[in-house]
Amino acid sequence: MPSITKPLVTYPGLQRNALDLTMRDYEGSMSTLCAGCGHDSVTAALVRALWELAIPPHRVVKLSGIGCSSKTPTYFVGGAHGFNSAHGRMPAIATGANAANRDLVYVGISGDGDSLSIGLGQLSHAMRRNVRMVYVIENNGVYGLTKGQFSASADVGSRAKRGEPNRLAPIDPVMLGLSIGATFIARSFSGDKEQLVPMLKAAVAHRGFALLDVISPCVTFNDHAGSTKSYLYTRQHEIKATETDFVPPAQEITATIGPDRVTSVAMHDGSLVAFRSVPDGYDPTDRPSVVAYLQERQSKGEIVTGVLYLDESVDDLHAMNGTSATPLARLEHETLCPGAAELERLQAGFR
Amino acid sequence: MQVVQGHSRGHTRERTRVNDCAIKLANVNGTGSASANSLLMQAIFRMGIPVSGKNLFPSNIQGLPTWYEIRVNKDGHTARALDYDLMVAMNAQTYDRDIAEVRAGGYVLYDATWPLDPSLHRPDVHFLGVPLARMCNEHFGDPRERILMKNIAYAGALVALLGMELPLVEDLLAAKFAGKEKLRASNQRALHLGYDYAQEHFDCPLPCRLETMEATGDKILIDGNTATALGCLYAGATVAAWYPITPSTSVMDAFKRFCEKYRRDPETGANNYLIIQAEDELAAIGMVVGAGWNGARAFTSTSGPGISLMNELLGLAYYAEVPAVVIDVQRVGPSTGMPTRTQQGDILECAYASHGDTKHILLFPANPAECFAFAVAAFDLAERFQTPVIMLSDLDIGMNDWVAPRLTWDDSYRPDRGRVLGADDLDRIAAFYRYSADDETGVAPRTLPGVDPRGAFFTRGSGHNRFGGYTEIPDEYQEVVDRLVQKHRAAAAVVPAPVIENSTGARGAAPLGVVTLGGCDLAVREALGILAAQGIAADYMRVRGFPFGDAVEAFLDAHELCVVVEQNRDAQLRALLTLETGAPKEKLRSVLAYGGFPLSAQQVVDGVMRELET
Repeated sequence: MPSITKPLVTYPGLQRNALDLTMRDYEGSMSTLCAGCGHDSVTAALVRALWELAIPPHRVVKLSGIGCSSKTPTYFVGGAHGFNSAHGRMPAIATGANAANRDLVYVGISGDGDSLSIGLGQLSHAMRRNVRMVYVIENNGVYGLTKGQFSASADVGSRAKRGEPNRLAPIDPVMLGLSIGATFIARSFSGDKEQLVPMLKAAVAHRGFALLDVISPCVTFNDHAGSTKSYLYTRQHEIKATETDFVPPAQEITATIGPDRVTSVAMHDGSLVAFRSVPDGYDPTDRPSVVAYLQERQSKGEIVTGVLYLDESVDDLHAMNGTSATPLARLEHETLCPGAAELERLQAGFR
Repeated sequence: MQVVQGHSRGHTRERTRVNDCAIKLANVNGTGSASANSLLMQAIFRMGIPVSGKNLFPSNIQGLPTWYEIRVNKDGHTARALDYDLMVAMNAQTYDRDIAEVRAGGYVLYDATWPLDPSLHRPDVHFLGVPLARMCNEHFGDPRERILMKNIAYAGALVALLGMELPLVEDLLAAKFAGKEKLRASNQRALHLGYDYAQEHFDCPLPCRLETMEATGDKILIDGNTATALGCLYAGATVAAWYPITPSTSVMDAFKRFCEKYRRDPETGANNYLIIQAEDELAAIGMVVGAGWNGARAFTSTSGPGISLMNELLGLAYYAEVPAVVIDVQRVGPSTGMPTRTQQGDILECAYASHGDTKHILLFPANPAECFAFAVAAFDLAERFQTPVIMLSDLDIGMNDWVAPRLTWDDSYRPDRGRVLGADDLDRIAAFYRYSADDETGVAPRTLPGVDPRGAFFTRGSGHNRFGGYTEIPDEYQEVVDRLVQKHRAAAAVVPAPVIENSTGARGAAPLGVVTLGGCDLAVREALGILAAQGIAADYMRVRGFPFGDAVEAFLDAHELCVVVEQNRDAQLRALLTLETGAPKEKLRSVLAYGGFPLSAQQVVDGVMRELET
């Protein structure tokens, strides 16, 4: 947990991954969020997922906007560069960073305010461009850092600590992603680490934009009885659409989620994401039926979780643009500059 | 009063003027006149004569008035003239104002298919009527062709009237329509229609006429936006993000064309670049900042309204110390303003873009050759000083073709990537802290993501200390922002130095100094010549970069009175000079021309005289 200081001493029992690193090597600084904040649980799941995947820490790039959730990149993978940028503008910065170096693992942390109000436009276009990154919305229905205003994901009728109930229709990032052509869409809950960890691993393996809407209750401003983004409400109304297992490349498939109703999707790096569909006929690769199912369930106040939609066939930003395998930031000047002789030659046309 | 139609012989016996005239062509936009106009301008260039062609076009696709101004001057004074010798009046909507602009003794060429209203007649002007529409209707069948060929026909008439080299113009047509014989033949026919008519009906050539010279043999014709794109290519920019906006769009169009030609790997076919058309300017600058942070040379090109949107992230890049290159091709503001008119109105906004204490490095090119060189310099400055650099061009420079010296490149150029620590460097230090270990210019070394975990740090726009940690402690915060201003000041020695020309040579400065920047250059130089001929001596300084260095301070200090010439309402360059140099306000006066058209020498002369009288 990022809010608990760990001893620096290692002991033989401490598990090591394929890089011989412990989970400590994937942690960052101490969290300064409120005790019990959902975001800290998401951070812990992320630490675990990256450790299990054995991504070299310095190959991770952490990005965020502004808000409580956007503070969390300092709390994981201290050995990775991070960029806590501007409110609602992280998707563009991530796109540019990704453009410069296609080889790194980009993890963007955002919140419902950052992504669904000011950031709605940039989030939408980053999804359309299929920028390869893991994009986590830590969704609590409020603006925590500015002390409790409604966000765009607050449900109709929900009440803030003080004042009028919200009357504006909520924006659902999952439905947004489905309508905009996002290629990996998932929803989870900060309290469900068992679901979150394989989901995050699948998101990293996905060759494109992976949207994760994670209900992450705000204990200070929105965890009360009337809130639909509270721990209580979420636990009572959650429906799992899929259960996900992540199988790294070259590893035998172990049937951890049961053999029946399993869909498997091969990822571009050779790993495998296996889904067990919980409701009959739920097919995470069929967009129209996913939309119908979600709308039907959500009209009943249910929160559908799991890896909800996955399409591995769409090119990401770099594949779409045919960019070089060598990261653009690493190309040598000689490759990029046509040289003096060519300048002489090409100017002959400027007469 | 006689209505003049068709003929004009026996011109007032004017003295002959060779290679010194101003021609204005008034058209309706969307009728294909641009082709004829640039043909003429290019032909004059090929005749070896210094020339400029300025497109004064409306913010519209079809149907509104558009003008093209050709200034020919053997001494190279090709800034816009206000005294037109020859007006080609092809737009009945604007006949009255067009005819009013011709100088006494000048000429109006008009389409005599329809008679000119007697009220338009001026006894002091020669009217040359050519039945362009009638001739084209007789010789061409297709309606669209009839409209297009009228323009080439008047071009033919001008070739005769100005004594231009007809074979040269025919060669240009042949080259332009190589492989399209039908088009070439039509254009040729139209050209001759006009040429023959003029030869037959008027005394050709007119007293103001052109003769082959040898002043452009080693020069090129290029617009500033294309030159800018070429500079970005040569500097090694790999990531570009943009949003279309007049008049900067053609920068990215040109960059794309160059990349398609020069940045495709010959073996793999892979692209060594990525251009993203962003959803807006906020996203465009975000992408540039993200790419620059991650080690790529990245840029965007925009105009004033785009800069307004980019303010927030420019401030972030300033405070977090991330390189970014922005090309601002300025147009008339405020707000939507006049998108197709020119100004230098973004100076203050760019110098201080974003809230809080921010100061950016600016470059002020005056012509396409400087657009090329300064674009390259922008990337070196941005990475060396780890900060945004904004190059302020303008519509007149960016979108018009200029006669420019051939661009040169030194193959020994190495990009200045600034202080970046790799794995080897990290071996040699105990610990890396992002905003520490600054050198005498205030630049602290950075590391790039993906290279080494020991180089990891957190970039943030929130308060940070020299270790890159979050802080709310006053001294820690101040230490960093004080270093930023030190860093900016250090750039003064590296940005392009001002161009200074002393009228009295080494013996001491004239008491009057004329200061300007960017596209005002040619008009101001011409004005200084006119003033000198009237006995008013002035020294000249054209600033080319911000922050201002010692040379700027020294020039201002050495003159009792300085007149700052610029194209904006609020004297922004003057304001910046008063804020950023020791020059007292009282010493700096203004000459302002901000109506949206390129500057002319007459405006400067009148303005300086006015200031000297007060």
